[in-house]
Order: sequence, then C-alpha cells, then structure tokens
Amino acid sequence: MIFLIVLAIFLGTEVIKNVPALLHTPLMSGSNAISGVVIMGSIIVIGHARPDDYLTLSLGFLAVVLGTLNVVGGFAVTGRMLAMFKKKK
Amino acid sequence: MSEFLLELFYIVGCVTFIIGLKMLSSPDKAREGNTIAAAGMILAIIGTILFHKTETGEGISNHAWIVAGLAVGTIIGYLMATRVQMTSMPQMVSFFNGTGGATSALIACMEFFASDSGDWGFLLVAYLGIVIGTVTFSGSMVAYGKLDDKIKDIGGRFLTYLNWLFLAVIIILMGLGVFSPDTLGQTTGWILLALSLFYGVLFVMPIGGADMPVVIALLNSLSGIAGAFGGLIYGNRIMLIGGILVGASGLILTFLMCKAMNRSLLNVLIGGFGGGAAGGGAAAGDQVAKEISHNDTAILCAYASKVCIVPGYGLAVAQAQHVCHDFEKRLSDQGVEVYYAIHPVAGRMPGHMNVLLAEADVPYPKLVEMDDANEMMAQTDVCIIVGANDVVNPAAENDPGSPIYGMPVIKVWEAKNVVVMKRSMRPGYAGIENPLFFHERTKMLFGDAKDTLGKLVSEIKTL
Repeated sequence: MIFLIVLAIFLGTEVIKNVPALLHTPLMSGSNAISGVVIMGSIIVIGHARPDDYLTLSLGFLAVVLGTLNVVGGFAVTGRMLAMFKKKK
Repeated sequence: MSEFLLELFYIVGCVTFIIGLKMLSSPDKAREGNTIAAAGMILAIIGTILFHKTETGEGISNHAWIVAGLAVGTIIGYLMATRVQMTSMPQMVSFFNGTGGATSALIACMEFFASDSGDWGFLLVAYLGIVIGTVTFSGSMVAYGKLDDKIKDIGGRFLTYLNWLFLAVIIILMGLGVFSPDTLGQTTGWILLALSLFYGVLFVMPIGGADMPVVIALLNSLSGIAGAFGGLIYGNRIMLIGGILVGASGLILTFLMCKAMNRSLLNVLIGGFGGGAAGGGAAAGDQVAKEISHNDTAILCAYASKVCIVPGYGLAVAQAQHVCHDFEKRLSDQGVEVYYAIHPVAGRMPGHMNVLLAEADVPYPKLVEMDDANEMMAQTDVCIIVGANDVVNPAAENDPGSPIYGMPVIKVWEAKNVVVMKRSMRPGYAGIENPLFFHERTKMLFGDAKDTLGKLVSEIKTL
C-alpha cells in the first residue's frame, strides 16, 4: 500500500509539473472533479447497508448526491472552460 | 471473477485520470483529456455497482437508492455547471470542491460510527478522513461565500490565535483518540466533527481577496487528500490513487501561487501582510499623478507598434473582458501588435485571467506569462493596466521597506508609456501605495474599466 502511495504522489507531481499557467483554472476544476472518486465509497456504504437501516441509507444517499455533484459539476465546468481555449484562425 | 473485473475497471479508471491530467498540459488536447477522465469515472462507478463485494461475498444492493442519488446529483450538478456565468467560476469551483469534501467526511463518519474497532490504524485514518473532509467542506463553502460577496472578510490577530488553538486541540484529540480509544469512545468523532467544521470556517474567514488563489488551490488539494483517506478506509485503490493525484497536484499549485507572491504558505494562512509592515513604502507626499484623456490614449495606442495589456481583478469585477477584447481587436486591425501580460496571481484563483479572456474569445497565444512579458516590455510602446495594482508595483523590486518587496511583478515601467486604468487613486488589496502611478512615464485614466475601454473603442473608430 505504501508502495502505491509513494508511486502515486510521484506520478501526480510529474504529471502536473508541465501544466502551463494558462490552464491552471481548468487543471484545478478538472482535478477537483477527479477528487469526486470518493463517490465509490458512498456507493459501497449504501450498497452494503441493511435495507431497513434508514439512517445509513439516507446519509449514504446524501453522500452519493454530493459526490455526484462534485463529479458531474466538476467535469462539466472544466469542459465548458476548455471549450473556450482555442487558437486564432 | 468479479473481483478481477472490478480491479480491471479501477485500473482503467486510474489510467484515464492520469491521461486526463497529462493532457491538460496542452490547450489543444486538454478538452479531450477532460472527457477521457470523465469516461473513466463513469466506468469506475459502473464497476463498483456491478462488481463490488464484501469479504463475505455480498454484492451491492439497494440499487434504487444509489441510482436515485446519482440521478439527483447529475441533474443538479449539470444545471449548475451549465448555467453559471464565466465570471463566477472561482465560486463554482469552490462549491464543487466543498461537496467533494462533504462526501469524504460523510463516509468517514459513517464508517467510524458503525465500527467498534479499536485498531489504531483504522482510527487514525477515520479521524483524518473526518477532519480533512470536514475542513474542506466548511472552508470551501466560506470561500464560495466570500468570492460571491456573500461573506465579508473578518480579520484580526485574535482570529489567528484562535485558529492555532483549534488546530492544536484537533491534533491532540486525534492523538488521544488513536492511542487511548476508550477514554472518550465515539464521542471523539463528534467533537472532531464539530471542531473541524468551525476550524474550516475560521481558517478561510480572515484570508484576504488577493490570497484567494492560494487558499482555493490548498482546499483543492485537501479534498484530494480526504478522498485518499477514504480510499484507505475501504482499501479501495481507485479512491486512493485518484485522491493522491489530486492532493499532489493541488499542493504543487498551492506552492506555485505562494512563490508568485513571494510568501510562505504559513504566512498566507496566518493572514495579512504582517502588522508591522503596514506603513511600509515611502509616503506619496505631494507627488502628483498625471492624467490622460480618452482621446489621447486612443491615439497613443493606435499609432504604437506594440501594445501590452495587463489585466487584474478589476477587469473581472467590471466584467470588461469582452470590451477589452474588442479594444485589442481594433488595435490589431490598425496593425498594432497587442499582447496580454498575465501575472500568475492576478484575479481570485489560479489562472483566473486566462479563463476570463478565453471566454471573450481572445486566442490563447496572445496571453503571455509574466517572465516572457518582462522580456518583451522594453520593446513595448504602450502598456495599459486594466484593474491590476499590486502585481505591477515597482516597490516590489526596489523598495526593501515595502511589504511586497521581493514579489515577482510585471515590469510595466520599462515600457515606453504606461497608462493606468483605475477608478480612483485608492491603493490595491495590500493597502500599499503604488509608486508606479507617479512614475514619469505613467499617465492615469480614471473611470470604470468597462466604460473606459468602451470609450477607447469608439475613439479608435473615429480615428
């Protein structure tokens, strides 16, 4: 696990280092969308809850909604911004 | 079998994230990269729903709840993302960042309160997940409110000390909870949750507008780290890797922003430009700034061969990006070479000016980064400053007494003529007098950025 963590940190830094200042905002909102991976956790929580455990189900539901907001909103906003960056013809 | 398939989906997901981030290095491929990463995320979600199993081999159930949650989140998220104004982008990014933090905090809480494990590794990860997720949530929401002008800055030394106190208590409590879980039991979780909620608010509250890019980048990084801790709780690799990628990229961005302001992260978080230095910079005394008319400015620009525009937050506030592009286009039509000099911390988030100008259809090769712009400055005939102030302050170069001494700035005073567009002589965010306004080559053009640029456009038309 530690092996994986160190590798991921290294990869993250290497990949980002070359992003030009021009694209810092899309980088931020794009990576923000990726941080929405936590949605997997909320799916797992609901998925293994007892069907009559309404507390867990509702909290899990809230987590799924918020996580999806992060993912969908993040990617959509990034897409919108990137669509504006174009070369002059 | 299903375990293998799940791994496969996750590996593909991780790879798409990396490719997506990688493609963000080039403006031409960035959009494609975003789509690829989004597709990877969808795959990972589908994989989780179909193939995730507990240790006892139970699959995911309660599908109705999950699908409903996904649907509600998708609809709201999509509507918000497509309706938001481009000028409101900083707040939108903060808001989505906050919802991600809330998700991490929620799942960490649910796992913590549902478990009676005394394993210190689990406890540590759960506490960190709760604290970082919650701080990301409340901090991002305050940042959202501040950027949207719904919340005012509240500063003061007292808040700084309070923040340190909060942080210390949170760390001590986590230590206690990990090493002696029975002392407080699950109450630890509740107290940590409440403290983190407050700490997030208090820590963003005193941070001034010009420091916002640093804080937004930092919160972005925190949301990733919170996700990574979620990954550790579940032993879920895609959450771990995705979270770390975001955490690392956010941290790099944070340090880049700090470097662009020549301040340490600690210095930004403590807030303010150090009490003692507030009076820094020689008093303006009875120096007089020279004014210039719209007509003269238009003539000056139209007959120049190279013009540089330096945008700042004032451009965003006045929503003047479109008329600015119009102005630049008309000059280009006259045969003038026009470029924009962009300071890394101009605006309220990293890259804010680039997005704003891209919205107005300014082609990105015209957006020049600070270092390159500084090299071109001596050959520039006219440099027009639109709503920027501290990032063009010569005191940062030559006045060791100034609070911003040492911060890299755009050396506009090296251009042959400087026109500063400004509403009044009021100093910028840092509250520092700007000697540029009294420089021999500087002329002031007072007025709202949008009006002024509009008038310049009509002046050029009549030439």
